[in-house]
Amino acid sequence: MTNYIKLIVLGLVTLLALIAANYARDLAYLVNALTVALVAGGLFLWTLRHTDEPRSRVDLSGEYMDGVIRAGVIATALWGVVGFLAGTFIAFQLAFPGLNFEWAQGYANFGRLRPLHTSAVIFAFGGNALIATSFYVVQRTSAARLWGGNLAWFVFWGYQLVIVLAATGYLLGATQSKEYAEPEWYVDLWLTVVWLAYLAVFLGTIVKRKEPHIYVANWFYLSFIITVAMLHVVNNLSIPVSVFGSKSVQVFSGVQDAMTQWWYGHNAVGFFLTAGFLGMMYYFVPKQAERPVYSYKLSIIHFWALIFIYIWAGPHHLHYTALPDWASTLGMLFSIILWMPSWGGMINGLMTLSGAWDKLRTDPVIRMMVISIGFYGMSTFEGPMMSIRAVNSLSHYTDWTIGHVHSGALGWNGMITFGALYFLVPKLWNRERLYSLSLVSWHFWLATIGIILYAASMWVTGIMEGLMWREVDANGFLVNSFADTVAAKFPMYVVRGLGGVMFLSGALIMCYNLWMTVTRSPAVAPVNSAVPAE
Amino acid sequence: MAKQPNKKNQEVETTGHQWDGIEEYNNPLPRWWLWTFYACIVWGIWYVIAYPAWPLVQSATAGYKGWSTRANVAVELAEAEAANAAINAKLETVELTAIAGDPELQGYATSAGNAVFKTWCAQCHGSGAAGAKGYPNLLDNDWLWGGTIEDIHTTIAHGIRNQEDPDARYSQMPAFGEILEPAQIDQVANYVMSMSGEPQDASLVAEGQTVFAENCAACHGEAGAGDIYQGAPNLADAIWLYGGSFDTIKETVTYSRFGVMPPMGGADLSEAEIRAVAIYVHQLGGGE
Repeated sequence: MTNYIKLIVLGLVTLLALIAANYARDLAYLVNALTVALVAGGLFLWTLRHTDEPRSRVDLSGEYMDGVIRAGVIATALWGVVGFLAGTFIAFQLAFPGLNFEWAQGYANFGRLRPLHTSAVIFAFGGNALIATSFYVVQRTSAARLWGGNLAWFVFWGYQLVIVLAATGYLLGATQSKEYAEPEWYVDLWLTVVWLAYLAVFLGTIVKRKEPHIYVANWFYLSFIITVAMLHVVNNLSIPVSVFGSKSVQVFSGVQDAMTQWWYGHNAVGFFLTAGFLGMMYYFVPKQAERPVYSYKLSIIHFWALIFIYIWAGPHHLHYTALPDWASTLGMLFSIILWMPSWGGMINGLMTLSGAWDKLRTDPVIRMMVISIGFYGMSTFEGPMMSIRAVNSLSHYTDWTIGHVHSGALGWNGMITFGALYFLVPKLWNRERLYSLSLVSWHFWLATIGIILYAASMWVTGIMEGLMWREVDANGFLVNSFADTVAAKFPMYVVRGLGGVMFLSGALIMCYNLWMTVTRSPAVAPVNSAVPAE
Repeated sequence: MAKQPNKKNQEVETTGHQWDGIEEYNNPLPRWWLWTFYACIVWGIWYVIAYPAWPLVQSATAGYKGWSTRANVAVELAEAEAANAAINAKLETVELTAIAGDPELQGYATSAGNAVFKTWCAQCHGSGAAGAKGYPNLLDNDWLWGGTIEDIHTTIAHGIRNQEDPDARYSQMPAFGEILEPAQIDQVANYVMSMSGEPQDASLVAEGQTVFAENCAACHGEAGAGDIYQGAPNLADAIWLYGGSFDTIKETVTYSRFGVMPPMGGADLSEAEIRAVAIYVHQLGGGE
């Protein structure tokens, strides 16, 4: 019966997508409609060919659902490489504008590739890492199989479709021009469906857990899923110009639109890149260190303080703009009060290692996790500092902001994800151990030095640029033109690009190491039955 | 239940829960963490009293310091204006030609003009004023509309071939593709090249000279020396606005050119600023 419903729905979607492609008013919409038609049509045929197959009656409820996590791990590694490659390329485009090739104008120039890079690393690499690890963690810490059967697979493939539609759309010019929320209206609608399914799977698994309490990692994951749903829906309220075109018009305008955008943008950082990844940290650090979490009390206090305070900090992105002074004051205020709640996670992570510090010498995976917590602490200090109006008047619109984002994204999100992947792959593919720890060390040092080159060059060039913009002579006249500041940044742009090359090389080494782990490491018996810990 | 000796050698309990082998210690909140958190909150309470913070129905609380970004920038602008008021007034009233003789005024105008240039002019003419294709080099002594201080001042104030200012400098070269035969264009292009250097095809130069005399000399002059009253470029000095290759010259003759410069007077710049930037451009090297 369900197969027939599936066939009807898939058939209709294919038909509607083909009609949409026929009436398409722009190239991005046409390509996206054809992609949807292809996917839905393919699924239709696949379902049709498997309609008569008898369904297996094996009871899987006592076993963890790991297939979708394996797929998520592969997707994370692959999208990571794509995102890092795009980032490295556009870093060199800024240093050497000739790389904006004439023949690729309108497709592969900086303006088109930049959202491709940010979305690929945040949403494709980070998002897949969050979905995969949350599915792994929630099953282990609830001692229950994922709720909803194949709904988890729907979440995984649905999310990949979002990525593909968004990425092809960017290259062909479909964008809302809202930073980190560039995908157009139909991709937003589809992501909403996928995200609600994700919430259902996660929450359903927690509801049927066999442990009496909900583990702290799951609080963070859940707050991330719920808040991102809210942010995404509100910030993407828009009216399509035509149902057959990609262009849409925002419901908010002017400073209200700017405020909504940065309420979204800042909390994408707060809940996607902070809360979600803290969930990851709270599981993988104690597991890898084999030590108890440092303080239960601290985890409660810093969790509630973090999610309560983060949501108000957005206006610090709009200091000295049309935003009224009072809103800017409150944004700065909450950013500074946020400092300690953010550091609560760092303390809990680092202190969990007390009594196991010797592992830093022997276990490069722990080293990776520790440096990621270090970068987390540094970025969550730098952020509140940059939100102070007096500092912001120097740092805003300069490369300092770019450096800040990358010390957080490469250092914290990247490194903790690498640590989690190194932890997960031997477990998920039933291998005794990683193929090579010395390759992990190589990855660690390449990535760390890469991040330091990146962050340091952006500090130098950002502060230099800010000072040059405000430099005045004795009569109060500006000394530099904008082009002078661009020219002065060139050497630092090259250093930044080299940092990117090192970070990318590290990630490629990781992919090789994980591949060899799956294919070459000695196998062990699978351990994936759902047994409560106590 | 795992136990761990803390600094004072007391045993710390875990909470007794376990998830997939993970336990949690029941350590208290670190004191320094808690007190820093409290300090931030106390600071925050003071800050919202001191600065504009709470939205009300029509406005927001102003804060006891009376701080406002808009008021601050107005004060800073007024201060800068007041500091330069006297010298700006002098700059606006003296004869343009007299400025160069007054070292104080000349120095002030040059540094003010430098700032104006880098904000308003550098986009087209380059921050070093060396120009680009279609945008004249302002460092040399080749002037389309004249290089005296008065000429430069007029050009900056009213612009060239724009719609906004009725006093803009204006002229238009015909597109000779509609007037001459293709062969004649090749000839005249070779003749123009011969004025400043080697022609591409020397055999066409003589015929080109005839074409030039009949069609081009009225504006560019018999010898191709140009005419600053019509903005007609000097063709004999090997300085090219759009390029001196055969293909580019042929393109220019066939389709003509229509370079536009916006007027900087009116809403954009004050008279003192226009005079300052005129002085700046004049002293770059080519001023007459």
